Amino acid sequence: MTQLFSDMFGTIIDNTPYMKAIGAYYAGASEDGITMAMPWREDLVGDPETRVIASGVVTALLDNCCGMAVWDRINAFKAVATLDLRIDYMRPALPGHELKVTAKCYKLTRSIGFVRAFAYETSVDDPVAAAQGAFIVTALKSDATGVKS
Amino acid sequence: MIKPDAALKSISFATFLGVCLELAGDELTAHLPFAPHLIGNPMIPALHGGVIGAFMEITAMAQLKRDGNFDHIPKPIDVNIQYLRSGKPLDTYAQAVVKRIGRTISSVEVSAWQETRQSPIATLQAHFLMD
Repeated sequence: MTQLFSDMFGTIIDNTPYMKAIGAYYAGASEDGITMAMPWREDLVGDPETRVIASGVVTALLDNCCGMAVWDRINAFKAVATLDLRIDYMRPALPGHELKVTAKCYKLTRSIGFVRAFAYETSVDDPVAAAQGAFIVTALKSDATGVKS
Repeated sequence: MIKPDAALKSISFATFLGVCLELAGDELTAHLPFAPHLIGNPMIPALHGGVIGAFMEITAMAQLKRDGNFDHIPKPIDVNIQYLRSGKPLDTYAQAVVKRIGRTISSVEVSAWQETRQSPIATLQAHFLMD
């Protein structure tokens, strides 16, 4: 069986301090893309009245998952850095529910990966947020401008 | 240095990140002290892009609350982040400019920097729902 780079994603997430801090984990790869998940947590709440998770937490999860989708498309470990990320927040995430993000790199050029992602609780058809991002892919040896996981 | 906005304290996530607000005259600067849990790539090491994005979102909200005199937390509709430089394991600062406050929608721009303000590490544009 061929070794897929996505087999490493669980380990990579577990070794990304900020992802560990927010309790995010790798939830698998499918035709729809790379999926990550994060259980609801009190200390990540952005609005004490509604107990909704802060939009900034969703931002981080989307960013991270998009970057991994580029890795998945390359199927190798290269330096991937976010160039820009646009996020539309459609509705508040449900308090107490686990949040999922699925990201797919739908186009990869020599230096840029273009990614789409959705954040949701149960179905992509009922999204909390959508993201569109462009990621720079560089060779590993060069000290890139913003290598991130 | 004072922390002018007690409302930020009510946002658990702002405390989780460690964001504080500093006021010099009428100029608001958000400050994110470096902490190990904010790292995205431990090999470089670099701040997580999501941390920088979230920090700028909080900065935008704080400025909007101040300019618009709101007692509730504005909700982001859309957010656009440009990453310009890698976030080093250092303290990060950000300032926001409210471009327009409307009855329903407001528009804000944020710039975040570390060593020098002339070399921002990221910028953000966002729209917020005001109701």
